[in-house]
Amino acid sequence: MFGPRTDLALSRDPAGRTVPWIIAAMVFIGTLSLAAAFGLNEASAAWRHLVTGNLTVQVPDGPDADARADEAARVLAATPGVASARRLERAEVLRLLEPWLGRDAAATQLPLPRLVDVRLDPALAIDTRALALRLAESVPEARLDDHGPWLERLSRLTRGLQMIAAGGVGIVACATMLIVVFTIRAGLLVHREVISVLHLIGAQDAYIARQFQWHAVNMAFKGALPAFLLAALVAFALGLAADRLSAPLIPKVALGITGWLALPLVPLAAILLAAVTARFTVLLNLKRTL
Amino acid sequence: MVRFQNVGMRYGFGPEVLRDISFELEPGSFHFLTGPSGAGKSSLLRLLYLAHRPSRGIISMFGRDMAQAKRHELPEMRRRIGVVFQDFRLLAHLSALDNVALPLRIAGYPREKARAHVVELLNWVGLGDQLDALPATLSGGEQQRVAIARAVIARPRLLLADEPTGNVDDEMALRLMHLFIELNRLGTTVLIASHDQLLIRRLGKPVLRLVDGTILSGPPETA
Repeated sequence: MFGPRTDLALSRDPAGRTVPWIIAAMVFIGTLSLAAAFGLNEASAAWRHLVTGNLTVQVPDGPDADARADEAARVLAATPGVASARRLERAEVLRLLEPWLGRDAAATQLPLPRLVDVRLDPALAIDTRALALRLAESVPEARLDDHGPWLERLSRLTRGLQMIAAGGVGIVACATMLIVVFTIRAGLLVHREVISVLHLIGAQDAYIARQFQWHAVNMAFKGALPAFLLAALVAFALGLAADRLSAPLIPKVALGITGWLALPLVPLAAILLAAVTARFTVLLNLKRTL
Repeated sequence: MVRFQNVGMRYGFGPEVLRDISFELEPGSFHFLTGPSGAGKSSLLRLLYLAHRPSRGIISMFGRDMAQAKRHELPEMRRRIGVVFQDFRLLAHLSALDNVALPLRIAGYPREKARAHVVELLNWVGLGDQLDALPATLSGGEQQRVAIARAVIARPRLLLADEPTGNVDDEMALRLMHLFIELNRLGTTVLIASHDQLLIRRLGKPVLRLVDGTILSGPPETA
């Protein structure tokens, strides 16, 4: 398929027949792992985007809770960097609680805190700690929530999942290298007589290594290409399925253009890894011969 | 060209198969190597075509002490040596043409230029109509001629042949010997291991006799 004409009949080796299938499985897993890593990254960014543009102020339930919440909204609205601050009506708060308490929550007399929805001006940076101090001067019992702890936990979870995905890609790379090493060593053993003749005729180790290298490229290409196409199709189908899933707090999951551009790197890396591994396996093994 | 001084050789930890071998092949010389089976002719040839290192003694080839030669220098030295193996050692999946072209390909000759040389030589050894034949479809004698063509195609400075006429009739044997003599006239040093005493006497070239792992030089024998 690729590469120069070979003096070794490597394509007829029985050991090489299963390699494209194994590389196909590796590339399939690797591509989906990378897609998952990019999907998580995009989802995490979407979550951040959802919450970083706003703050929430809670005022505990009490006799003049509405007035104190309005006072908090007034103080916040007058602060540079705050685009708007509005107290949520009781009906809006109940709607927010609906997924957890059900529709009957409205009928109950729960001591609900008052919530102030604060929208930030994206053009201006704001110091949430100074804002909290300023708020405490006017409404001491008000609590400012900038979603920091939640975002921190989300970041940790995303990083953890991305590490697992990266580990998956790493394991796939190691497994591919091992498969190639064993196959090439079997090939060296099977073709030792021909290799010996080539050496005696004056072939350099690199001449022989090049033939194994192209053999590895061909094996890897045969497995990597269909596996990549299948994995990309699966990733696309999963993206479509995620789009149709409408659930609260679940943003649109998409790979993004960077993700789609990065995915073909998996089969290319597999092919390159197979070629380099084959070359060095041959060179290291031949070094032991005369 | 080639100088052996008190060379010994053993395989692994086995007994010495060659002992105290000392001889010299002058540039442009033509020698026969003879001796009974098991005397060590093939082992001596293995040392000469750099497939094995001696266990003792000094081998000097092309003016270079082989003990000092690094592994990466060997391919270039091997390209100056043409070898006809007793068992031919042709590459089974390559045609006669590709087998003969192998040394040129390894040396990096342009493909078309190499092909013209190979076709000419295969015609000369009587295999012009078998260019695309695989070794398995050729007779023993034809395979031997392909092996000889492969050994001489790159005009080696040293030609080593292990029983090169063992599978051909007398007429073809003489024809092949004339090919070796022609190469020798052009400057190639030739060493041929042979049992064929009649042929050796007919050509009247110097003989190296190997007996029980050691060498006895001899004058030319003539018929």
